[in-house]
Amino acid sequence: MTTPTSRGSGHRSTLLILPSGQVGEKSLKLIGMLAIILPLALLAVLIGTTFIQGAERLSGDFLTDLPSRRAASAGIGPALAGTGMLMVLTAAIALPLGIGAALWLEEYARPSRFTRFVELIISTLAGVPSIVYALLALEVFVRTFGMGRSILAGAATLALLVLPMIIMASREALRTVPLGLREASYGLGGDRWITLRTIVLPLALPGVLTGVILALARAIGETAPLITIGALTYVAFVPDSLSSAFTALPIQIFNWVSRPSADFHVTAAAAIIVLLTVMLAMNGLAIWLRSRLQTRIEG
Amino acid sequence: MVASKSAPALPEPSHAMTGHADAPTRAPLFVLPDVADSSEPAPASRMHAEDLFAYYDKNQAIKGITLPIPDRRVTAIIGPSGCGKSTFLRCLNRMHELTPSASVKGYVFLDDENIYGPNINPVRLRRHVGMVFQKPNPFPSMSIKDNVLAGFKLNGMKVPRPDEVAEKALRQAALWDEVKDHLNRSGSSLSGGQQQRLCIARSLALEPEVLLMDEPCSALDPIATARIEELIRELRSRLTIVIVTHNMQQAARVSDYTAFFYQGNLVEHGTTRNVFSNPAQKQTEDYVAGRFG
Amino acid sequence: MTATTPDTLSTSAGPDGDSPLHAPVDLKIPRSLKERLIERLFGAFAMVSILTAAGIVIVLFGESILFFQQVSFGQFFGDTQWTPLFAEPHFGIWPLLSGTLLTTLIAISVALPLGLFAAIYLSEFASPRVRKIAKPALELLAGIPTVVYGYFALSFVTPAIQSFIPGISGANALAAGLVMGLMITPIIASLSEDAIYAVPRSLREGASALGGTKVRTIFRVVLPAAASGITASVILGLSRAIGETMIVAIAAGMEPNLTLDPREPVQTMTAFIVQVSLGDTPAGSLGFQTIFAVGLMLFLTTLVFNVISFRLRSRLNRGGHA
Repeated sequence: MTTPTSRGSGHRSTLLILPSGQVGEKSLKLIGMLAIILPLALLAVLIGTTFIQGAERLSGDFLTDLPSRRAASAGIGPALAGTGMLMVLTAAIALPLGIGAALWLEEYARPSRFTRFVELIISTLAGVPSIVYALLALEVFVRTFGMGRSILAGAATLALLVLPMIIMASREALRTVPLGLREASYGLGGDRWITLRTIVLPLALPGVLTGVILALARAIGETAPLITIGALTYVAFVPDSLSSAFTALPIQIFNWVSRPSADFHVTAAAAIIVLLTVMLAMNGLAIWLRSRLQTRIEG
Repeated sequence: MVASKSAPALPEPSHAMTGHADAPTRAPLFVLPDVADSSEPAPASRMHAEDLFAYYDKNQAIKGITLPIPDRRVTAIIGPSGCGKSTFLRCLNRMHELTPSASVKGYVFLDDENIYGPNINPVRLRRHVGMVFQKPNPFPSMSIKDNVLAGFKLNGMKVPRPDEVAEKALRQAALWDEVKDHLNRSGSSLSGGQQQRLCIARSLALEPEVLLMDEPCSALDPIATARIEELIRELRSRLTIVIVTHNMQQAARVSDYTAFFYQGNLVEHGTTRNVFSNPAQKQTEDYVAGRFG
Repeated sequence: MTATTPDTLSTSAGPDGDSPLHAPVDLKIPRSLKERLIERLFGAFAMVSILTAAGIVIVLFGESILFFQQVSFGQFFGDTQWTPLFAEPHFGIWPLLSGTLLTTLIAISVALPLGLFAAIYLSEFASPRVRKIAKPALELLAGIPTVVYGYFALSFVTPAIQSFIPGISGANALAAGLVMGLMITPIIASLSEDAIYAVPRSLREGASALGGTKVRTIFRVVLPAAASGITASVILGLSRAIGETMIVAIAAGMEPNLTLDPREPVQTMTAFIVQVSLGDTPAGSLGFQTIFAVGLMLFLTTLVFNVISFRLRSRLNRGGHA
């Protein structure tokens, strides 16, 4: 703001007194920057400290050993195996369901009050706390279906949890495919399914895959639902079948964190490093996939 | 010779246009192709629409059209925007009904078979009545060769000799020489005009009886347009073509028969020569002379 | 995969250039059964979501009805002790509610200022390049698994607090609340930024033309205009905090405690459910049914909050300002 020239009349002098606003603006800008930097810096410190604490425990053995009463020899073998199997199973359940539902909503169903209702349900489900899904799974999968505390029940629970995310991401991906391509395909005599299969889905694939990977990255960190449906916190074996009991990496972390002994906290830190690394890799994969396959559409 | 057959209804081009009394005479507005004389009997119709109505929701886009499409000739459909020409075209291969809340009433016959009959599979129909769209839409995830053969894939059919079929279709579309060394490049790496010829080749590969073209040149530059018009004239000996165009000169250049639509009604139909130089309806005359539209 | 039946073209191509005039045109293939089945199949997949929602409602209400047949509303809402698994059980929900409330309030009191000022900076001051980096970076905060946050809370935040407030117990609401606040900051920041960004330029220009400084314009004009969006973000953040489990389970303690003192250990509704699951409560027993009653309260609360937030945001989309 330019400093006003003095003219001598009463209200001009008010202008002279009022601050120019520069200080206020600069302060606000600074506060804003701090508001962003502070949490991120804090996060970096927390992760860094964890890393330092846990690094000593990291080793090849750590990744394969069984958990034990002695912190020094405890490993995340079964937990890692459990998490891996869970991810595969969850994807196997949620992917077809999610893509199929997205296809139905985007490509098959004529927009109506019913489809809007379905959309509403899906976006509502996205906001339900994960532990509520666990309660549902507890009643339906574990008890009624008799799956017990099995890895299948765990995967089914996680699948339901991430399903809204996958559906929404897939729909977005389908929308990016231009309408003209579908028309061209119909014009050549293709029916709807073959058009989707041959033309549309291949082009929507990057978006869909990205959505799936991100959803799985979220699922991998979920602890509460798995505990609630009965994942064990002390499992000394690798799950060998769909109906076997299981544990997962976040649960193992929770178990170790809950122990009073400080040694186990170090072990927990090491496990956290592994978990975060896996998640980072998955997110990186998703980003890379998105950019690589994006260029395919531009031809 | 052609110019002398122009009816007095057409405005005299030269003076009115340039405003100079001694300006050189320009070519007449319409150069009519060397086609069927108006005295020649029309060939049997490959398709014909009878009492055809088409709706978007409750709005009537097409009002009771009865129109023959002569076999192995080019029929042009002209008219101002919104007159229903594209809608009509889409009724010929049953793509109109793909739009939500769109419906059709009436008959369309392909070789005496009502394509709206109860047992007709619209998807199969489109193998025999192909369509080329306004905006070229080659499949970006496929190579040029795969694009040409896409129709087979989409119909679940095996291609007997793919290389031969592809080459034949590309030659028919006058694209072969330009792409024969690059058949594996992506379909979208071509220029606009080439892409459109690729789409034509793609349709031709299925050897349809009829080819529908919905303003195929409106997204293209004049040179590309000319090449496609040339192509249309060549293709005429093999298949029946229906072309919708908002460019009257184009209609005059490429078509044998012309139908003039206005606000969902078929106002006039006849040989191109007649419609342009000796229209029966005043509306047709006005449109053709550029007085509205 | 074959669509209908694999076949070659029904028209035979003659010598180059000639297609037969009246080759049989075979159109009479019935509408593909396969097509219809596929449509039904995908439709069924979409119904899974409806089933899930219905399932949640049925299960929660069903078990809660069983619960309330044994525990009266008076006990539930009147008692101030929550000891459902004791020999002499008490079923007052208030301790759990206060635990949830306390941690949530602490969380939002961290996230709101951080998120709001971050949003102001991003939409009013930051260059597009900075915005492109900062927004996803903030989202990182939301992507960290909550069990890891719980570890942070217990291992770093609690000791830090203990050095400031000696004598504070190892498990307390403050540590959990602070870390939760960190976690929900991106929600506030992201949605508020959308809301602020959506305020039309004309409003800002009008304020400037009247001689307003940028700061004043922001606080007197822009923020009020974005109020409904900002409120929506806060409500959504609250909802997320209410539903959060692991951070509080690890750091806030497992003692139901009717208090609003952040220095004390508390148990939230979510932590209680986890506690029961970790234990050996037999299925079908009253103790077991309590987790569904608590779960129902959780579900209804977050549902209401989510709906309110959604309504506020769609008002934003439709009109621009509150």
